[in-house]
Amino acid sequence: MSKFKIVTKGFLQENPVFVLLLGMCPTLGVTSSAINGLGMGLATTFVLMLSNIAISLIARFIPDKVRIPSFIVVIATFVTVLQMVMQAYLPALFKSLGLFIPLIVVNCIVLGRAEAFASKNGPVDSMLDGIGMGLGFSFALTLLGGIRELLGSGKLFGFPCFNEDRGSLVFILAPGAFLVLGYLIAIINKIKNDPALFSRLLLVVKTLLRINRI
Amino acid sequence: MAKIASNFKNMVITLCVVTMGSGAILGLMNQLTTDAISMSQKKAQEEAIASVLPRFEKLGKSYMAAVDGEKDSLNIFPALNEQGVIIGLAVKTYTNSGFSGNIQIMVGFDKENKISGFQVLQHQETPGLGSKMQEWFSTPKEGKKNSIIGLDPNKAILTVSKDGGDVDAITAATISSRAFLDAVSRATKAINNSKSADGMTGATQQHNEKEGGKS
Repeated sequence: MSKFKIVTKGFLQENPVFVLLLGMCPTLGVTSSAINGLGMGLATTFVLMLSNIAISLIARFIPDKVRIPSFIVVIATFVTVLQMVMQAYLPALFKSLGLFIPLIVVNCIVLGRAEAFASKNGPVDSMLDGIGMGLGFSFALTLLGGIRELLGSGKLFGFPCFNEDRGSLVFILAPGAFLVLGYLIAIINKIKNDPALFSRLLLVVKTLLRINRI
Repeated sequence: MAKIASNFKNMVITLCVVTMGSGAILGLMNQLTTDAISMSQKKAQEEAIASVLPRFEKLGKSYMAAVDGEKDSLNIFPALNEQGVIIGLAVKTYTNSGFSGNIQIMVGFDKENKISGFQVLQHQETPGLGSKMQEWFSTPKEGKKNSIIGLDPNKAILTVSKDGGDVDAITAATISSRAFLDAVSRATKAINNSKSADGMTGATQQHNEKEGGKS
């Protein structure tokens, strides 16, 4: 597998949220706004990258039967480091993500990638896999958070787009997370399984970009 | 590459090494970030105090004031002008009756003892409903008595109008509104208490002023 492919597969082909359906707890929990989704995604990316590197380096010294506990200790270490750093230098983001930071430890994506990829590949490939998967996760969370924020409160990244009173509160509450996620998974699967549609969408995006440039 | 056998000795050694390594990293990181964490917490607190009070020169020494019939005392931060005279008090208050538990609020009182501002420090109220506290209770709306800024808590009744009080509750979030006002009136009680115990508290205040002037 080429290095480029390792990074990009996390975006669409093996997107952790839309395709692998891993890490649903933070996905549904924190995505009440786009900025929360992005923050959580980047925090997870950081942990995923570091834990993938560390695990790919130590995996060969670890007996099979204590593999999982060792991986969890490594992951928990990086999460705690992240928590302390965020508390010290990004207190605002730390406050809004709060409870969900320690929960990265038990996020299935992190352990899943450690087990499925990092323990069998070298540190460079593992790092790229961590970055790709992490960015795919961030992309999914930001998209989900953005849609929920826009429909629920009429804002996007905190900027008002239309009158707040027209927003439908259900999208900010928990049921809205399930609704939006369900529709997004359906749309992504449709695009992914239909190459013709995919290339047509690509064409539309390219045309839009060209119009923007002119 | 030969995989290491999963026998008892190897497993114990591996786990020991992994946990010791992680302990060392965490200890190091803790040392590196402790100062920065307490600094940023202190800064957040000072910013909160500054946002709820009219302009002041410096902060005096904070003191605790008890509320009748409750175990926990509240922290009061006096704000001083250049001459070291108290021109306002900020009270860090709380309530446990929020829709999802605890709410922490910093409330500021000016020298006429009117509410000069407040900041919600921490809450878990429903986004879009109870979470509107900050905006709702500080921006007056037409035809509504929703803002508490400028109210004199000893004259106005700090309960929602549904319960016969002087403040209109947030639409569809009466429980959060009740909790919010509960926290504000707790702050008022703490201030009144610290003032009514005059002889003693007056002396403490003067003492504090001096200390604030020195620092």
